[in-house]
Amino acid sequence: MNVAAAPLAPAQPEGSFGAGFAWAFARDMKLAVRHPGETLLVVAFFVLVASLFPLGIGAEPQLLQRVGPGVIWVCALLAAFLSLPGMFASDYADGSLEQMTLSPHPMVGWTAGKIAAHWFASGLPLTVLSPLLGLQYGLDGATLAALAAALLLGTPVLSLLGAACTALTLGARGGGMLLALLALPLFVPVLVFGAGAAEAQASGLTAAPHLSILGAGLILAVMGLPPAVCAAVRIAMD
Amino acid sequence: MKIAWFYFASPSTFYRLAGWLAPWFFVLAAILGAAGLYVGLFVAPTDAQQGEVYRIIFVHVPASWMSMFIYFVMACYGAVSLTFNTRLAAMMARALAPTGAMFTFVALWTGSFWGRPTWGTYWVWDARITSELVLLFLYFGFIALANAFEDPRRGDRAAALLALIGLVNLPIIYFSVVWWNTLHQGSSVKFTGTTMQVEMLWGMLLVALSFWMYSIGASLTRVRAIILEREGRTHWARSLAT
Repeated sequence: MNVAAAPLAPAQPEGSFGAGFAWAFARDMKLAVRHPGETLLVVAFFVLVASLFPLGIGAEPQLLQRVGPGVIWVCALLAAFLSLPGMFASDYADGSLEQMTLSPHPMVGWTAGKIAAHWFASGLPLTVLSPLLGLQYGLDGATLAALAAALLLGTPVLSLLGAACTALTLGARGGGMLLALLALPLFVPVLVFGAGAAEAQASGLTAAPHLSILGAGLILAVMGLPPAVCAAVRIAMD
Repeated sequence: MKIAWFYFASPSTFYRLAGWLAPWFFVLAAILGAAGLYVGLFVAPTDAQQGEVYRIIFVHVPASWMSMFIYFVMACYGAVSLTFNTRLAAMMARALAPTGAMFTFVALWTGSFWGRPTWGTYWVWDARITSELVLLFLYFGFIALANAFEDPRRGDRAAALLALIGLVNLPIIYFSVVWWNTLHQGSSVKFTGTTMQVEMLWGMLLVALSFWMYSIGASLTRVRAIILEREGRTHWARSLAT
C-alpha cells in the first residue's frame, strides 16, 4: 500500500485529538520503517561522532570518563537536530502537510503524533544506545543509568523544541543553517541539565535534582510547545 | 471626547510621528548619558573592594538591563502583531532587534573586560554569562528568521512566534545569579532597596535612562526605514520623494 496516498480523512466526520495523534504517529512510523536508512543514518552519525572524540582528544581513561557524558549529550543534540527536516519539511515540500491541515482532526493532535514519531525514530534509539557508548568512555554502571535516564527525559524536549523551530523555517531561505541558529541555542538548557545529571552521578553526588529539573522541563514542553508548533504550521500554510 | 486610539497605528501617520520624535529622544539620550557618565566617573567614590575598575558598571549593568528589556518589549510587539494582525507592531519588533542585539553584545564585551582584572579571566561558563550568550543568539535568530522569507509578512509572523518561545530565557538570565552559586555577583539593586552608594546608583540609573532613550530613538529611526521599504509603492510614500 502506498503510504502517501493513504486516506487522510478518517471515516467519521468528527475529528478528535486521539484519532489524529494515532493516525499521524502510525503514518510517520510506517514511513520510518519503510525507509530504515534515514533512522539508521542518525544512529550511525551518533556512534561515529562519539567515536571520533577519543581519537581527537586522546584516549586516557580519566579524561574520557570526565568528558564522556558531555560528548554523548552533544552527539545526541546534533543527531536530533539533523533528523528534524524529516518531521515537517518533506511533507511541506510535496504538499501533504497542506492536505493534513484540511483533516477534521484538531491540528494539535496530528502534529503531536508527528513529534512523538520523530522521538521514537531518533531520541529513543539514541537513549537505548547511550549505555554502549558510555562503556566506550569507561563510565561506571550508576553513571550509565543516570545518563540513560537523562536522555530519556531530555530527548523528547529536543524533539518538541526542534519541531517548533523546523515548523518556523518551512519555506525559508538558507534552511539548514537558519534551523541551526534557531534550534541549538534553545537546546542549551537541556544540554546543561542532561550532561549535569551524569556528571553529578560520576562525581559521587546524586543525579536526582538534575533529573527532576529535566522532568519539569519535559512537562512544561509537552504542555506549552504543541500549540506553538500548530501556530508555526498555520503561519507556514498562510 | 472621542480619542482616535488607532490614529498612529497606520504606518503613514506613524512615519511622520517617528520622524518628529526620534531627534528628541537622541537629545535626551545625550544629555542623560553625559550626566550619568559625569556622576559615574567623577562624583561616585572609589569602590572599597574593586578600586577604580568597578566603574565599568556604569555601562555594563545598564546595557544588560536594556538587553533583557528590549527583548521583552520586542516579544510584546510580536504578540500584538500576532493577535491583532497589525503591520506596525511587527515592524517595531523588527526595528528593536538590532538595538537589543547591540546591547547584549555590549553587556558581554564590557563584562569580559570587567572579568579580566577582577576574576582573572575574560570568560567563564557560568549560568548568567551563558544565558546572556543564548539571548544574543536568540536576537540573531530573530533577525535571520524575519529576513528569510520572500513575503515580509510571513517573516514577521514567524519571527514574532520565535520571540515568544525565546521569552522563557529571560527569567533564566534574571534569576541565574540567585539559582546557581556562580562567580557572577548578585544584583546590588533590588526593589526593596540597594547596597550601593547613592552616587553610584544615580550614575547607573542615569546611564540606563540614557540607553533607554537611545533605544527608542534608534528603533524609531529604523522603523521609518522599514516603513519606507514596505510601503514604497503607496501614494503617500511616493509623494515624499517629490
